[in-house]
Amino acid sequence: MEVVEGSYAVAHAVKCCRPHVISAYPITPQTHIVENLAQFVADGELECEFVPVDSEHSAMSVALGASAVGARAYSASTSQGLALMWEVLYNVSGMRLPVVMTAVNRALSAPLSIWNDQQDTVGARDSGWIQIYVEDIQEAHDALIQAYRIAESREVMLPAMICMDGFILTHTYEPVVLAEQEETDDFLPPYDPEYYLTVERPLSFGCFAEPDKFMEFRYMQHEAMERARFKIKEVADEFERAFGRYYGDLIQGYNLDGAQIVLVTFGSIIGTMKEIVKHEKDVGILKIRSYRPFPVKEVREALKDARVVAVVEKDFSAGFEGALFSDVKAALYNHVSDLKLLGFVLGLGGRDIPPEDISKIIERSRVVMDQGLKEEWEFIGLRGEIL
Amino acid sequence: MGVYRFEGGDTVKNLFVSGHRACAGCGMAIAVKLILEAAGEDVIVVSPTGCLEIVSSPYPETSWRVPWIHSLFENAASVASGIEAGLKALGRKHEAKVLAIAGDGATADIGMGPLSGMFERGHDITYICYDNEAYMNTGVQRSSMTPPGASATTSPAGKVSFGEIHPKKDLASIAVAHGVGYVATASVGYGLDLMRKVRRAIDHDGPSFIHLHTSCCTGWRHPSSKTIEISRLAVLTGLWPLYEVVDGEITDVKRLPKRLPVEDYLKTQGRFSHLFRMEGGEEIIRRIQAIADANAERFGLDLEG
Repeated sequence: MEVVEGSYAVAHAVKCCRPHVISAYPITPQTHIVENLAQFVADGELECEFVPVDSEHSAMSVALGASAVGARAYSASTSQGLALMWEVLYNVSGMRLPVVMTAVNRALSAPLSIWNDQQDTVGARDSGWIQIYVEDIQEAHDALIQAYRIAESREVMLPAMICMDGFILTHTYEPVVLAEQEETDDFLPPYDPEYYLTVERPLSFGCFAEPDKFMEFRYMQHEAMERARFKIKEVADEFERAFGRYYGDLIQGYNLDGAQIVLVTFGSIIGTMKEIVKHEKDVGILKIRSYRPFPVKEVREALKDARVVAVVEKDFSAGFEGALFSDVKAALYNHVSDLKLLGFVLGLGGRDIPPEDISKIIERSRVVMDQGLKEEWEFIGLRGEIL
Repeated sequence: MGVYRFEGGDTVKNLFVSGHRACAGCGMAIAVKLILEAAGEDVIVVSPTGCLEIVSSPYPETSWRVPWIHSLFENAASVASGIEAGLKALGRKHEAKVLAIAGDGATADIGMGPLSGMFERGHDITYICYDNEAYMNTGVQRSSMTPPGASATTSPAGKVSFGEIHPKKDLASIAVAHGVGYVATASVGYGLDLMRKVRRAIDHDGPSFIHLHTSCCTGWRHPSSKTIEISRLAVLTGLWPLYEVVDGEITDVKRLPKRLPVEDYLKTQGRFSHLFRMEGGEEIIRRIQAIADANAERFGLDLEG
């Protein structure tokens, strides 16, 4: 075990996956990941084509081209960069190219903010990418290795993004077990695509579909996402056998046994939550690890005995509510009764989330448990004097 | 697959096959067929969104007998870069050359940044811009390559307008300024010249760029039988000089025994017809002539001064 920066741990995991092509454009707080990768290449520790491009749009386009020719491709971005490559995200998933990227979570401008929230990747929720949110640096490192196994499996063939909170995970140091090259090679076979661009067998990629054919392509993407559910579980189990670490499959529960109140969330906030929850005997945490595919059945099962569920997230849809809150409610509707759901938005643009905020959410949940539902969702930590 | 005889007796496979949906007389379609004849089978082709992609790839059909990919509108140069990098990393560089064939809007407007990046990073890619001087696929909207005096649907001639007023971007010079080792202009009107340049561009190591003039009978409004003739007139009037730039030096210019007046070109096309009807049109024609004269001066087009 070594104490390393989160970005270094991710870069190390990428290196162990032996990507053929890495393409990226610098943007805070993703920079340390790609700087480390560039250094690996400069030092001869990683043999690959490192393509420093003119924009994030080009970064994902280069990854697309590389993947189409049969190469293993990696990119990393965040916030504005992810927004700029939005068009290409849909294109990569529609063409069923298993590109893997680290999506560092950061707020979207305006106002400009380089700090963490999850609006960026939640905005890319419907882009057809597998989205896995990680809790700590070790998981960011491990999930990356898992991601290639999931994405490149013949029954899935979908791109995957590993979402990690900017600064909180990218720029902090933690003790991490860095993967060995040999054990990674044993776990992750070389990319062996069924279809790729080659003169040996000239195929056309990216044809357009008339209205009488388009929907079927979308449906097949959905089917692949459904198969990805099982693949994510299978790969998590195999990873545990190979590396001895496990983070749950699509979800992970904490203190759920007998919990009357369950906090549902994703990302690094779970660390803070665990500190609070361990002192509360009837409060549990449900970590959403895979946001797409969404763990519909797992969420139902995990929450069936709870009385109040508080969905906590660092994103929201102006004019409605947090996206995770909507999704959790949708998964439960028709299936779980006598359950009250509350949504909380906090930590936007890097606003600190002190333990008291979590305690406040638990308090609100207790009030609802005793007195019934009044406000369904709210912002936590708003500063009235600025409004 | 069609096989036919080529100059010198070689047999050539038709790699851009019939059945595509291009308009009759489409300059682009003729050019792409010639480009692939010159390039041969060992290429991977990238096309951005546009006429070429739309006419050639309605799923489940394709006109491409070489590996081909379309991704988006602005990213052909970046996708090509990824393919080239991937081939290198996979140890398959010898397998194929990478060829991008993109329209003027995809190249000079929305894809300018990616193209600049591809040049600057030195990828071994041949990028051919087929310039039909407007967004033809979406209905003849002006691009930065629409020539002055042309009427396009977003720069229409009207009671107080002669149509497009801005000069075309000098794409070849932009490529040369990036240090691109092989740069050429070409025209669908001069097929053998085009094919020779495509071969040179592909054989050149590193990025190369061909700015190819292709008439669009629908957008330029001329009979479909006149594509080659009108494309040639652009060259013969000095409005589309044919030249090569190797390592920054102009090495080959198609000289003209007797340069024709620009009216000979303009009057063949509906997009310029207002210049001959409207009061003040002659002044615009005079300015267009000045562009041809400047080209003649710059490239030494006139065989006799």
